[in-house]
Amino acid sequence: MIEDAAYQPLEPGNILQVDHLTMRFGGLTAVDNVSLRAREREITSIIGPNGAGKTTLFNCLTGFYKPTVGRLALKHDGRVFLLERMEGYKICKHARIARTFQNIRLFAKMTVLENLVVAQHNTLMRASGFSVLGLFGAPGFRAAEREAVDRARYWLERVALVDKADWEAGNLPYGDQRRLEIARAMCTQPVLLCLDEPAAGLNPRESAGLNELLRFVRDEHRIAVLLIEHDMSVVMEISDHVVVLDYGRKIANGTPLEVRNDPAVVRAYLGEDANEELPPEIVADLGQQP
Amino acid sequence: MATLTERAPAPAPNAITVALKEAAIAAAVMALLAIPLIGFVLEDIPGGVTLVFRTAAVLTSCAIVFAGRFALAMFRGHRPAMLTGLFDTVGMRALGSRIGKLVGPALIGFALVMPMLPFSDRYIVDIGTSVLIYVMLGWGLNIVVGLAGLLDLGYVAFYAVGAYSFALLAGNFDLSFWQCLPLAGLFAAFFGVLLGFPVLRLRGDYLAIVTLGFGEIIRIILLNWQEFTGGPNGLSSIPRPNFLGAPLARSAPEGQTPFFEFAAPVMEPIYRMLGREWGFEPIHRIVYLYYIILVLALVTNLFTLRIRRLPVGRAWEALREDEIACRSLGINPTNTKLSAFALGAMFAGFAGSFFATRQGFISPESFTYIESAVILAIVVLGGMGSQLGVVIAASFLILIPEAGREFAQYRMLMFGAAMVLVMVWRPQGLVSGREPSVRLHGVPGG
Repeated sequence: MIEDAAYQPLEPGNILQVDHLTMRFGGLTAVDNVSLRAREREITSIIGPNGAGKTTLFNCLTGFYKPTVGRLALKHDGRVFLLERMEGYKICKHARIARTFQNIRLFAKMTVLENLVVAQHNTLMRASGFSVLGLFGAPGFRAAEREAVDRARYWLERVALVDKADWEAGNLPYGDQRRLEIARAMCTQPVLLCLDEPAAGLNPRESAGLNELLRFVRDEHRIAVLLIEHDMSVVMEISDHVVVLDYGRKIANGTPLEVRNDPAVVRAYLGEDANEELPPEIVADLGQQP
Repeated sequence: MATLTERAPAPAPNAITVALKEAAIAAAVMALLAIPLIGFVLEDIPGGVTLVFRTAAVLTSCAIVFAGRFALAMFRGHRPAMLTGLFDTVGMRALGSRIGKLVGPALIGFALVMPMLPFSDRYIVDIGTSVLIYVMLGWGLNIVVGLAGLLDLGYVAFYAVGAYSFALLAGNFDLSFWQCLPLAGLFAAFFGVLLGFPVLRLRGDYLAIVTLGFGEIIRIILLNWQEFTGGPNGLSSIPRPNFLGAPLARSAPEGQTPFFEFAAPVMEPIYRMLGREWGFEPIHRIVYLYYIILVLALVTNLFTLRIRRLPVGRAWEALREDEIACRSLGINPTNTKLSAFALGAMFAGFAGSFFATRQGFISPESFTYIESAVILAIVVLGGMGSQLGVVIAASFLILIPEAGREFAQYRMLMFGAAMVLVMVWRPQGLVSGREPSVRLHGVPGG
């Protein structure tokens, strides 16, 4: 919980402001001077070709990497958190950012319900008097646990997994695991939800279901969503705002429609125009060939 | 005038030929082993010894192996199908889980009345006490290895810390067993945190190596810090536990009543009813020690069962499954790991101080690496995280060498063979399968 009085408050309506974020690994610059804004109650998508630095950006945001340069500021309840100064687990605990992973990271040997209850660890830990009261079955703790199970049930209903609540999470089909990971992130009661390729490996019907779920999260729970996605049917349909990265740099920024027609984006995804004139030295080289 | 069509085809290798071949190979291997191991013996003759070769014994052992391998090869294919088929039907599994629910209470009931059963003598109660020490250590290590998934090869260090804390506190400050027990647990927990800090970032093999080193460091300190720990001579005349201030001895020091007088008003009528005489008997102390460790072990079990259902217990299991996901959910991995190390160590400390008071003498030799290995084997054989599995595995690992006492040098061989067999048949441990800490829909079928 770090507040900096000297820091200029965020622009109204913004929940997250990333300024001049740079992440270097030795000689490799994975993210290069990227600035972006995420607005409250909006879905902001980050797209870009493979290796553009999207997941690195997420890892900086959620405390897995310490950025080389840059400021990551998040505001909720009138407080500003400077994420680059916070220890990894505190970003979820205090700044209330939840995330999912590109390669699903569920607790495979635990049940679906347990996965969701573990996500409410900090609330339950306080209620159990750091285990002391819990050991003796204090009524306050029992009530807190019932509440946790109710919240878990609520999200299980949202992702259509109530029937499988007592299954081992590792035995779920792939699409169910993706949805369970989102439900688990939502059980931490975040203000910003970061999803790393949630539609990867889903069939078209499951993708449509995902769109539905993300709209629900934005409209009913009124939280902001940050989305990394390759599936354009998801990105173009539900994003309020799209940021495009390429080789670690931000190359475009705007509404889905604006981004789709941006020549820089087309070039990044499809390569240089085939009809473009070749540089003169290459033409000269080619000319020497018989 | 033989034509091609008349020539008999080469005989296809049938089952018997294959079996005979395999049996011959096995017998040949046995012969290689048996000639030096079984064949040669030293025999006493007047004026010295002579080397004798026992041809008959070697031939018999080879014949047994040949017959056994042949029988196995002939019946191959039938056996596994029969067994797995029997155990994998839904009915059998449901029956298994129903029996499983009764086994725990039945075992506790048996443990409670065991010293009063007619066959119980001093030796049997003593063995029961040994088994219970290992059951308690297994349950304690289960917190660290089974729940939190931190492979700890130096667990015996905390057992040693508990034992020495008690011996030193009792020796230097004249404290009784019951005063020292919580202190010994606290000291051991403190050492658990001390070990926990440097290994926070380590997992798997690396963690195992560092904890192994820690176990040895503690033992070597105990061995070399002569003026404090007595070095290799150990510490002796450790006080015995008393019963509400009454020592379990024939005569008590000034101002105290011995146990047999103290308990006489209650015990004398009971004994008279049974037609026996109440008075001092040395076995009282053995039985009392047995009940102390039984209570300590049951407390450990109850604690583990409860804490598994608390947020910290779930966080341990989550940490075992995926540490990165834990951090993304706001779980503090440092505190979670340290609490697992501390609580696991605390129970080892309790067990250690019980061990010290039971033996009356401790030395670093009781806390060698092999003890850690046995405790870990108990947890792994029993099935990681299974409380019942620990009991079965501990009984097995302590009773097998005990039963094999008559076979002298072959008992470690039996021990090893038994472990290999368990790992072949049930690689996931004797009792596997995890009970969820919370359910939404209730128990299936119940």
